[in-house]
Amino acid sequence: MLILLPLLIPLATALLTALLYRQVMGRRVVSLFGAGCFLVCAILLLIDVERVGRLSVALGSWPLPYGIEFAADRLSAALVLISAVLGVAVLWHQTSAADPAPETPLLHPLIHGLLAAVSAAFLTADLFNLYVWFELMLIAALGLLVHGGEPRQLEAAFKYLALNMVGTLLFLAAVAFIYGATGQLNFTALSAAARRPELAAALPVYVTLLVLAFLLKAGAFPLFAWLPASYHTLPAPVLALFGGLLTKVGVYALLRLLGQVFDAAPDLLFEGLGWLALLTMLTGGLGAVYHWDLRRILAFHIVSQIGYLLLGIALASAAGAAATLFFTLHNILAKANLFLIAGLIWALAGHYDLRRIGGLYLARPGLALLFLVVAFSLVGAPPSSGFWSKFLLVRETFVQEHYVWGGVALAVSLLTLYSMVKIWLEAFWKPHPEGPDSVVSVANLAPAYAAALLLAVLTLAMGFMPEPWVRYVEAASYGFMDSQQAAL
Amino acid sequence: MSLILALAIALTVAAGVYLALSRDLFRCIVGLAVLGSAVNLVVFAAGRFGPIQPPIVSAGAEKLAEHAANPLPQALVLTAIVISFALLCFSLVLGARLRQQSGSDDSNQLRNAEPLPADPVKPPVLD
Repeated sequence: MLILLPLLIPLATALLTALLYRQVMGRRVVSLFGAGCFLVCAILLLIDVERVGRLSVALGSWPLPYGIEFAADRLSAALVLISAVLGVAVLWHQTSAADPAPETPLLHPLIHGLLAAVSAAFLTADLFNLYVWFELMLIAALGLLVHGGEPRQLEAAFKYLALNMVGTLLFLAAVAFIYGATGQLNFTALSAAARRPELAAALPVYVTLLVLAFLLKAGAFPLFAWLPASYHTLPAPVLALFGGLLTKVGVYALLRLLGQVFDAAPDLLFEGLGWLALLTMLTGGLGAVYHWDLRRILAFHIVSQIGYLLLGIALASAAGAAATLFFTLHNILAKANLFLIAGLIWALAGHYDLRRIGGLYLARPGLALLFLVVAFSLVGAPPSSGFWSKFLLVRETFVQEHYVWGGVALAVSLLTLYSMVKIWLEAFWKPHPEGPDSVVSVANLAPAYAAALLLAVLTLAMGFMPEPWVRYVEAASYGFMDSQQAAL
Repeated sequence: MSLILALAIALTVAAGVYLALSRDLFRCIVGLAVLGSAVNLVVFAAGRFGPIQPPIVSAGAEKLAEHAANPLPQALVLTAIVISFALLCFSLVLGARLRQQSGSDDSNQLRNAEPLPADPVKPPVLD
């Protein structure tokens, strides 16, 4: 039962907040309380998984592989927990004056709907069910994109919709082909069926179609156009939620399906994925270099970071999967936090464009320090969570003698550093273009600071105490790659 | 039978892709909907089809007849139809609102979110 709670609690909260469409305060309280319950449940789930190894429940007591199975192993439990942490931080930030989303009656139901879809996608062990959660995620995300109602947001929503629909249709077609070939949808049953020798010719084609769909959802080169075209129109807390979670679900699906279910996929697929990962890193980094709007810079960095996550999957080893999981946890925290801090910068300096702001170091040294810690963590300066993520990843590329992959991954860090230094110099260091008094005092920023600080403390904990985290991700990846380990 | 269905799906995909590549918002939406129908046919084709028995266990029998249809793809396709219908409705309303607010349904004219740069080096300021 515990395994279904991370899905049921956000759904129930979405329903309750929808019913409270007349009471603004009531909605806020229920919403925060629901997020708190979600967090507690996610912690309990993680503890249970740590004790038992793998929890599983088949809905309606149908015997497997016919029932729809929900399963939590270490990989799923960690990602559900980090989503819950992010949900709390984002809803906390939303109560401040740092670029909050307009409090329409639909805001909280949509946010909780998104959280429910994300955590269910992490927990499901059924391919078609995964498709349904991806669709729910798409619908909730579209609702959040348009609910401000500005022409710019509607336009962004249309681009997001058109490209993500294509991804969804590719996904559905791949599910149909895979079901037609194997007769299974359950992950465990699929994994066994995928080894049947008579499928060796056809199945890689279907799996490639599936991978293509997830690459689009994850925002990988050359299918990421929807991401930088839409994300910058969102208000800061929603942007943090999108930037932290949505693309990572695509990465998780790739990790789960290529690492566990179809781990017998041909080497060419992984090799191609590796090169795509490098191009993703590079194009994301270069896009960020061009832009001057904080949100657009950070949106392109999401793409760049997706490249690193994909590289870990392309290495097709337990150590690579561990690196991807560690990197994902680090990236969700750091990336979302940078968006939350961008909201604070907007509130204090008055604009998102770096050419219109400045002087924040003098006016708000605390905020400057907070930004610096998170930015350097994203770049990967030691000893930060980003450093350990890149260390695990690049070490594995060198172990597998993919020196070019490792080299490019390290070189792209310089592009990230360039962007972060640009933000530092323009937003914090140079004087404000409209005079030193242009950094205004804003009432009610405390919740935004608190949310950013919460995520920053977790990032620092990952950086200064990496051992428990590394031990956990290694246990997680060896856990779900055990079939591969047995074959070696 | 399989060949006819395959050809029908191919034709539908071609029509959908052609429409979806249009610059006109509504053609694009209709194209995606047509593409969705083609994919639904693919899902349907994942089961057995043709002149076979409905998947109902007849009275007194313990299991399905040997040549019964596979009910699972039908359930899957029903789910997919419901979801794609919801998305189609959403996208039509979105398209109508966009046209109303921006005065154009040509995607080249819709440049509020990403205005074209005037400067060759620096991007425009979004306000």
